[in-house]
Amino acid sequence: MTALTPSTAAPARPAQRGRNMRAGLRLGIMTMVGRAYPRLVAANREPDWIFYEVALPLLQICAFALVYKALHAPQQYIGLVILGGGMMAFWINVLWSMAAQLHWERQSGNLELYLMAPASMLWILAGMAIGGMLATAVRATAVLILGSLIFGVTYNVVSYPLVILAFLFSLVALYGLGSMLASLYLLYNREVWAIQEVIQEPVALLTGSYVPVAALGPYVGAFAALIPLTLGLDAVRQLVFPHLLPTLLPAGLEIAILAVLVVVFCGGAAWSLNFIERRAKIQGKLSLKWQ
Amino acid sequence: MSHSAQDTVPAIQTIDVRRVYQARGGRSIGGAQAGKGVTALDGVSLTVQRGEIFGLLGRNGAGKTTLIKILTTLLAPSGGQAYIDGMDVTRDVIKVRQIIAMVSGGEQSGYGILTVREQLWMFAQFYGVPSKVAHARIDELLSAVGLGDQANQKVYALSTGMRQRMNLCRALVSDPEILFLDEPTVGLDVEASRAVREYVRKWMGENPRRTVLLTTHYMFEADELCDHVAVINHGQIVAEGTTDDLKRGLQEHARFQLEMAEWLPAFTEMLRERDGVVDAQTEQRNDRTQLRLALLREEFIVPTIASINEAGGRVLALRRIEPTLEEAFVRLVGDEAESQREGEEAQR
Repeated sequence: MTALTPSTAAPARPAQRGRNMRAGLRLGIMTMVGRAYPRLVAANREPDWIFYEVALPLLQICAFALVYKALHAPQQYIGLVILGGGMMAFWINVLWSMAAQLHWERQSGNLELYLMAPASMLWILAGMAIGGMLATAVRATAVLILGSLIFGVTYNVVSYPLVILAFLFSLVALYGLGSMLASLYLLYNREVWAIQEVIQEPVALLTGSYVPVAALGPYVGAFAALIPLTLGLDAVRQLVFPHLLPTLLPAGLEIAILAVLVVVFCGGAAWSLNFIERRAKIQGKLSLKWQ
Repeated sequence: MSHSAQDTVPAIQTIDVRRVYQARGGRSIGGAQAGKGVTALDGVSLTVQRGEIFGLLGRNGAGKTTLIKILTTLLAPSGGQAYIDGMDVTRDVIKVRQIIAMVSGGEQSGYGILTVREQLWMFAQFYGVPSKVAHARIDELLSAVGLGDQANQKVYALSTGMRQRMNLCRALVSDPEILFLDEPTVGLDVEASRAVREYVRKWMGENPRRTVLLTTHYMFEADELCDHVAVINHGQIVAEGTTDDLKRGLQEHARFQLEMAEWLPAFTEMLRERDGVVDAQTEQRNDRTQLRLALLREEFIVPTIASINEAGGRVLALRRIEPTLEEAFVRLVGDEAESQREGEEAQR
């Protein structure tokens, strides 16, 4: 039997490299669209989300809103709760449908098929993120509109571009964090469920979903700022309810930090996915069925 | 590399591939104690040529799936080299992934909420197949495996057999050159298994560059589909060749069964004393005698029959007794395979 020598292709020329890059980008985008598709169609095919992801969060919002009402807090505090409730939908989505997703995909056998496909797994994660963001945006918008209508909250937007920037940066950083956790979770099996349960509720408190995060104090606030939701929420609240709430940092600075978090978490996701994939291939953790 | 040069490169080649699973932190992997390892593959060398359906046979835990995982870039080998179409599976990962696909038995991949067509389209996207081409292929594939009417049915509503046929379409929608089938018919009923086998054969016949590596417990499946087979046991290849090679390689003597009329008990002793006859046994069946002969070589059958005729016996029927692949397998891997064979009989 003759041993084969590893392929020793000459380095690609610039024109060839350009074509390869375009082909790779095209494949990546197709992969992303393909993976986003189930999340988008699922939003239409499972109407029970109206109950679980709109009606139930609204009940929680109502509980906090009624407390603020009983304390005769300004109407904007109820708006604070409604915004927090809307953003929490994204956190729940990131936690259960991003961070834990590769774990579920491994259980169903999808993970090995994703890895066997020629596009980078990052495109799969991007598809999961975009599909999740769009589907969750529908739920969050429904919560926001219904909550605002029920409690008669009005918004005084200082700057629409900044609101959009703060919102988008916090979402991208949040889904970047989810992607990073997703690859880390590949090293765990049954522990994933427990980890998810453990971090879900504390994060709701730390990020100030139903209270101004500044109320937690500067040290807890600084720690909580590592979760993109915290600064995103605080910035958006400042920009829609100006001069009223205690805030953690000025909105402009929070947006700048969010931009850094985008780079950190998205870069971290790419690095950790690459690292964990290599490690999991050595340890045999990409599949449940061996031998 | 020119096309002709490419054709001489084996579709799959492994050289002394080893894989050891390490147990860590007090946890056990495959029965290994902490700090020790389980050797799943122990120097596996195989060559699969283009256009072949190659069967890898072995009982549970023999190392079949581990080898497939290495070849499909999902698992790093602990040692040795593995190549797909001349490309190293550990270095040329992306290029390898462009030309391979895999279907596993009992696979539950995809999303139940999607329709069959959507599911296949999604996987086609992962391989960069344009939507128009993908939909045309999907129609063709679904129709070929008898799922044309289920194209718009939700995946969760499919039966096990339908789902596995859909999985086969999922693997083929990217038009791979090398297909890995890891126990593809496990858990399927006879009809569904046959549909899968028939389609695999048809798919192979459409393009001479296509190659299949099939792992299976079902010997009849390997016998029916495979051009070449290898038997793997405890991570080592213990036999390799065509299915006929394997069967005959284990047969020490040529065996025949004869239906006899006008038989006398003395004939048996006479035959046993003849040159070339290793053994002769008779059994009475209704009004006829069944004679079983073991001969040193096949050619001895003609003079043996002549001697029976001369003695006054009459041969009504003659049949060569061929060992089955299953018998060859059991002989190769030992008694441990017996329980597996029982399971296989239940499946049949």
